Amino acid sequence: MTSTNYDPRILKAPHPVPGAPDNWKRFFSFNTDAKVIGIQYIATSLFFLLVGGLLAMIVRGELITPPADLVDPSVYNGLYTMHGTVMLFLFLFPILNGFNNLLIPTMIGAPDMAFPKLNAAAFWLVPVFATVLMGSFFAPGGPASSGWWSYPPMSLQNPLGHFINGEFLWILAVALSGISSIMGAVNFVTTIIRMRAPGMGFFKMPVYVWTAWAAQTIQLVGLPALTGGAVMLLFDLSFGTSFFRPEGGGDPVLFQHFFWFYSHPAVYVLVLPVFGIFSELFPVYARKPLFGYRFVALASFGITFLSLIVWAHHMFYTGTPNWMRHIFMFTTMLIAVPTGVKVFAWLGTLWQGNLRLNTPMLFCLGGLFNFIFAGITGVMLATVPIDIHVGNTYFVVAHFHYVIFNTIAFGVFAGIYHWFPKFTGRMYYEGLGKVHFALTFIGATLNWLPLHWAGLLGMPRRVASYDPEFAIWNVIASIGAFMLGVASIPFILNMVSSWARGPQAPPNPWRAIGLEWLLPSPPPAENFEDDIPTVISEPYGYGLGHPLVEDEEFYVRRSQEA
Amino acid sequence: MTSVNPDLKLNHTPGHVKHDGHNMTGFVIFLCSESVIFLAFFAGYAVLKLTAPQWLPDGVEGLEVRMPLINSVVLVSSSFVAYLAERYLHKGNLWGFRAVWLLTMAMGSYFVFGQYIEWSELSFSLSSGVFGGLFYLLTGFHGLHVITGIGLMGLMLARSFVPGNYDKGEMGVAAVSLFWHFVDVIWILLFLLIYVWQ
Repeated sequence: MTSTNYDPRILKAPHPVPGAPDNWKRFFSFNTDAKVIGIQYIATSLFFLLVGGLLAMIVRGELITPPADLVDPSVYNGLYTMHGTVMLFLFLFPILNGFNNLLIPTMIGAPDMAFPKLNAAAFWLVPVFATVLMGSFFAPGGPASSGWWSYPPMSLQNPLGHFINGEFLWILAVALSGISSIMGAVNFVTTIIRMRAPGMGFFKMPVYVWTAWAAQTIQLVGLPALTGGAVMLLFDLSFGTSFFRPEGGGDPVLFQHFFWFYSHPAVYVLVLPVFGIFSELFPVYARKPLFGYRFVALASFGITFLSLIVWAHHMFYTGTPNWMRHIFMFTTMLIAVPTGVKVFAWLGTLWQGNLRLNTPMLFCLGGLFNFIFAGITGVMLATVPIDIHVGNTYFVVAHFHYVIFNTIAFGVFAGIYHWFPKFTGRMYYEGLGKVHFALTFIGATLNWLPLHWAGLLGMPRRVASYDPEFAIWNVIASIGAFMLGVASIPFILNMVSSWARGPQAPPNPWRAIGLEWLLPSPPPAENFEDDIPTVISEPYGYGLGHPLVEDEEFYVRRSQEA
Repeated sequence: MTSVNPDLKLNHTPGHVKHDGHNMTGFVIFLCSESVIFLAFFAGYAVLKLTAPQWLPDGVEGLEVRMPLINSVVLVSSSFVAYLAERYLHKGNLWGFRAVWLLTMAMGSYFVFGQYIEWSELSFSLSSGVFGGLFYLLTGFHGLHVITGIGLMGLMLARSFVPGNYDKGEMGVAAVSLFWHFVDVIWILLFLLIYVWQ
């Protein structure tokens, strides 16, 4: 199977590097161009993927043998807490905001975001709270160590009595991250509502834009609840209140409600754009229209709505009354309906398609495969009797890593490879990309598949030492984790060398249909400038032969001549 | 685009996407989101009030309602005064706007002052059980919004002295006014929750 079908003559043509290294300084400035900000987000978060990955590998190094021998158990608590926090708040949220910045304006034909300065400010908060969070490693008593969910009363322990402690800095970092996310969400939603190209009604928007909109709606509705809870936690920790302190009449479970009211939907903030990436890529690489486009688009908001009424399924075993368990079991299982609509639509798109298995498509297929698996264990966990049995074991850890890494991160990688030529103006190296995929897929499977068994056998999470009967599963998992570490080498090599001296990318290397592919690679600062196209068809018209926009030939030729 | 072939021409008039004028949309979205923090605090208040083993701290009988009620009436009526100021601006009566706008600020300041007096006379503190904590957290967080609103009004007032600034109407005034209504509505809910439901 040939992996390229763009004109090889274009690739050989010598050409000065556009965009990237010649004026790389703009990436270190307060630049208001959404495309610069997008790359800033993505580069920053990939750096923190390495940081979070390093923490994970220390954790897996500790768990390769049953006794706690590599690190002290109290250090271990800090390591997994920071691993989870870094991966969520410094890798996944920022990288998807990076995608939003690159894709939303170009896909809807807008020159930029609605509020460019707010956009830049939202990005520059990321290094600020990253510094606060990383700085907590040097706080007296070490970083926060009560898990990424920070449940009281554990998170309220401050034995050394310092005002500035790991937990304090953790809450501060999460609050700053929340401010940055809200600034982003206001911006993205306003841009989508107000700045679409003429003719682009809601049912002519690409699914990525739908999913980003649905995800940012969750941010707007859910995140303030977490902020409220975090403020109360901070008061309990530092100012002597007792909202969550049982000894002062408070209720620790109330914090769990605040936390999960946002942090469960937060998973959908991450996974919805990845559903968008799947929905964009499958039609391109299967050469078929997206099956059931309108249903896929609407299902995004179905997921948004349902995601806000399922949070207590994280609390089946923390004193939640039975009637509440039943309601939340029911709503949780309902989520399988809109999600299932999407999965069937992707399978319908792939069915009898002319598949091209290049790196982005491989990551998409791998991600879809893993997501179906994660969905099955998800329905298992939604069932109250099973959840009470496996809650707080490695089964849960394995399940959510199948979602967070094996689905979301796979989709993120697929998106990076797919849009790399568009936004850097360079082709990536397909061979290195495939090595990256193979190592990632095998590593991820080895890492998390065996942990399902360890969990079903009863291995608790968040412990540095464990019963030797679980040893075999943990050895396999650790090998997988180190393999994922190795997988970052071809990835970094590919990204850096392709951007620096990769072959010049044509405007539309994948023969994809979408406004962003009618722009030159990389797009100019104001995208379409004054010639904003008028959209006349639904997206994904693969094989249908009708133009996407009025006067399409003009945009195609202009993008090639730029 | 500099290197475009001059033969390349559009066969139709290109469309336009508005670059600006989105501020109000963005601000309304922000306010909807901001209201969720208050809703979270309100929900927390209700849950803790209904479940706490001891709600009022020892020696606290409840809250005095008369002064806060006067305070509330002043704050809520200031919303109508702010609307009047907006009407003046709409009609182009700049001095009318300034005077009435300043009156709104004064009413807001009266509210903050009244709350300060109330706080200083209370017999419980932030650390007096869940009740004390929630009382100061909710009223304090709302108070911060009132102070922010007064500050923003001051800014709009100052900007009205820049010649020609408000010739075509002023989005900032409309947004601040909306923010002020928002703060007032939140206060009504907060008053019902804390003072009426005792």
